[in-house]
Amino acid sequence: MGTGQSRLEDQIVYGIAGPTGGHRAVNFRLNAPYVQMYGIVKRYPGVLACDHVDFDVRRGEVHALLGENGAGKSTLMRILYGLYQPDEGRILRDGAEVTIHSPTDAIRQGIGMIHQHFMLVDTLTVTENVALGLKSSREPLLDLGRVEVGIRELSGAYGLQIDPSAPVWTLSVGERQRVEIMKALYRGAAMLILDEPTAVLTPQEVEELFVTLGYMKENGYSLVLISHKLQEVLAISDRITVLREGRLVGTVPTEDMTRHELARMMVGRDVMLERTRDDEIDVGDVKLRLEDVRAQDVTGQPALRGVSLSVQSGEILGVAGISGNGQRELAEVVAGLRPISGGSVEMDGMPITDWTTARRTESGLAYIPEERMHDGIVRDFAVSENLVLQEHTSDKFSNGIFLAFDYIARYSRQMIQDFYIKTPDIRTMTRNLSGGNIQRLILARELSRRPKVLVAAQPTRGIDIGAIEYIYQQLLEQRDTGMATLLISEDLDELLALCDRIAVIYEGQIMDIVDRDETTAAELGLLMAGVHREKQ
Amino acid sequence: MLDELFTISTLVGILHSCVRLATPYLFAALGETFGQRSGVLNLGVDGIMLMGAFFAFYAVFEGHNLWVGVLVAIAIGVLMGLLKAFVSVTMQSLQGISGIGLYLFGLGLSSLLFKTLIGSVEGVSGFRQLAIPLLSDIPGLGHILFNHNALVYLAYLMVPLSWFVINRTTLGLKIRAVGHNPEAADTLGVSVNGVRYATLMIGGALAAVAGASLSIGLQNVFQENMTNGLGFIAVALVYFGSWRTVGVLGGSLLFSLVNALQLWVQALDIPVPSEVAVMMPYIMTIVVLAFTARQIQKPAALARSYERGE
Ligand SMILES: Nc1ncnc2c1ncn2[C@@H]1O[C@H](COP(=O)(O)OP(=O)(O)O)[C@@H](O)[C@H]1O
Ligand SMILES: [Mg+2]
Repeated sequence: MGTGQSRLEDQIVYGIAGPTGGHRAVNFRLNAPYVQMYGIVKRYPGVLACDHVDFDVRRGEVHALLGENGAGKSTLMRILYGLYQPDEGRILRDGAEVTIHSPTDAIRQGIGMIHQHFMLVDTLTVTENVALGLKSSREPLLDLGRVEVGIRELSGAYGLQIDPSAPVWTLSVGERQRVEIMKALYRGAAMLILDEPTAVLTPQEVEELFVTLGYMKENGYSLVLISHKLQEVLAISDRITVLREGRLVGTVPTEDMTRHELARMMVGRDVMLERTRDDEIDVGDVKLRLEDVRAQDVTGQPALRGVSLSVQSGEILGVAGISGNGQRELAEVVAGLRPISGGSVEMDGMPITDWTTARRTESGLAYIPEERMHDGIVRDFAVSENLVLQEHTSDKFSNGIFLAFDYIARYSRQMIQDFYIKTPDIRTMTRNLSGGNIQRLILARELSRRPKVLVAAQPTRGIDIGAIEYIYQQLLEQRDTGMATLLISEDLDELLALCDRIAVIYEGQIMDIVDRDETTAAELGLLMAGVHREKQ
Repeated sequence: MLDELFTISTLVGILHSCVRLATPYLFAALGETFGQRSGVLNLGVDGIMLMGAFFAFYAVFEGHNLWVGVLVAIAIGVLMGLLKAFVSVTMQSLQGISGIGLYLFGLGLSSLLFKTLIGSVEGVSGFRQLAIPLLSDIPGLGHILFNHNALVYLAYLMVPLSWFVINRTTLGLKIRAVGHNPEAADTLGVSVNGVRYATLMIGGALAAVAGASLSIGLQNVFQENMTNGLGFIAVALVYFGSWRTVGVLGGSLLFSLVNALQLWVQALDIPVPSEVAVMMPYIMTIVVLAFTARQIQKPAALARSYERGE
């Protein structure tokens, strides 16, 4: 490997686990920085993604990189991994300046990275994915047997359960992530960067991942955990670096921090994410009822296999589940965008199964779609046009032929003010708004109609914590005035914070519906994995 | 008359032809398999075959050894592969279109060279029947399998050899990875373009040998457009064989069987319009493609050029 001399020293002094070397007694200097980054600047047209950021990682520590979406976390780490070149700044490894032009260079420096989107060839086996690009011991022939032995060794040492001979396409998301970690470990990485590794995992898988990271830390690995989830950062890290809008807010020891202080560093002001109503739920009539609903997904496979649930006025019913278990179809069935093949849907006591989406909307149904850029707005419409999209034919906005432009303009300004939509103008093209602001726009449009029933699909996915806080407030306020909400989310913390009851969906069926106050994230996680309560 | 088709000696004759006629299909389709497994669709196979056929023929025509003819064809094939790689991989042009361009180039240049350098249809004495001792004495089977010229044996040898390269070597692993997920291969330091250059050169060499097997092995003449679109059938065979060497072998034999039947039907004067018989392979190609259009094995990055994103 390129810098042969220093790599060799590493292997001896720091006991890096490698396929050939195996594990040696750990003998590393704790607290010694493995990698240091100074004054890193990265500019994109119109954006300063990193603005003179300093960052360092020590051996044997978990260093969390925290920040809202777009804060520059991924950019900073991609620079370290050689995917992007910095415009300014220096990178040191073990105190010596290095230049990293490509991931191959990074790997040579002992730096591995696990991306948000896995980089695996899914037609190949686990072993083949690990062996890819490495020199074989009997070049030009493959030596998969030897690689497999190495994988088994590492897998035992770090609790990375994987079957080396399994083709990757047969693996779960959690298992694929382990293959990615394995790839880095096998290549002799001494440092691992994980970009939002928990976003795609079930709570059980998160726990397993953290156990693995714990072992790695004990063995002197340097770990960088990119996240915007306060809880997990507090749970696993030793130090936390907070970025905001490309700038370094600060680096702090985890033990000194609380959730609130961290949130303030991240957002720049106080944030309330807790449930605001503590009094007993006083729910009213059933507003939305699904009876034994069956439906197919786009490919014609059954996606809902007999879903029954009901939401009452003044209640938020959560739907938890790992993505792809029928959530999308459930939302579309209620919104009237997907035909059902069996069962019935009722709103406010009336059967609406055969109603069009427009009729459902007029009768008090509101819908926040999962693909907000795609289904929630028209990207090339002005903000004001998107605000009246739903009701543009109603008396409020038109006289039957012409739109009432003055009124629409006044109305739009009001909405922008009421719902804190950040936009230069009401005529700005909607696609130029940030994700959080687009979601506020949709919220403004849907909630200002005072709907009886709201279906919200992943309303906070990919959105800043500040906007999330606002969305939570709105959902809770509307609930208090009697709206019935079906909240579909993959974020358990969100569901536990907002919902009165939580239904867990698994392979198109409702596993169970539990009271928020009587359940835990662990229990929900098992239900999400398809394990029934009796068996837990 | 139809009974004649069903005598033992006729059947042995048909099967012998089938094994023999599979030769150009095998070379060309195995070569195309390399390219496609790495994610590059080369529709120019037929053009490379024509060039290979011409140069091998010309070398032999000028008095050189038959193997020299094969080597010349290989050199030309590698060059044509390089050209395809430069256009599709480096310049990232649309793979389908650039392949057609390569075909037309090969077709035109081989015709032009033929007219200027040779002029009229001439014959050469090509590779001779090489009966394998003992094995060729087995009644029936011996003639069918073990009484062919060297290029025929070589074509069948290429089947396990290609399988071995694709499945058991580091290059093969890179080929499979690059054809399925070039981004992933790139992050592991695999040169996506390098691998694709390599497979296109291998594919070019094999396509040219396929051409040579016609002009100095099976027919021992060179004529303008003598492949009659065989190279396009070879591309279809890769789909038919689900990108696997065994599948390609099966498809090649199926097509050569149809060819053999057609030849024998004509030879025996069986009253089937000869046009129908000649059309058979092409009709089969269409039928086969219609039923193999959606394939799980298909390299996910097939016909997509790769550019590293920032
Ligand atoms: N390839 C790119 N081209 C242009 N802008 C980019 C690119 N990558 C990131 N950005 C911008 O840089 C900023 C930081 O992005 P990113 O590092 O992905 O943030 P984070 O990972 O913290 O969510 C964002 O404003 C984003 O839009
Ligand atoms: Mg990111």
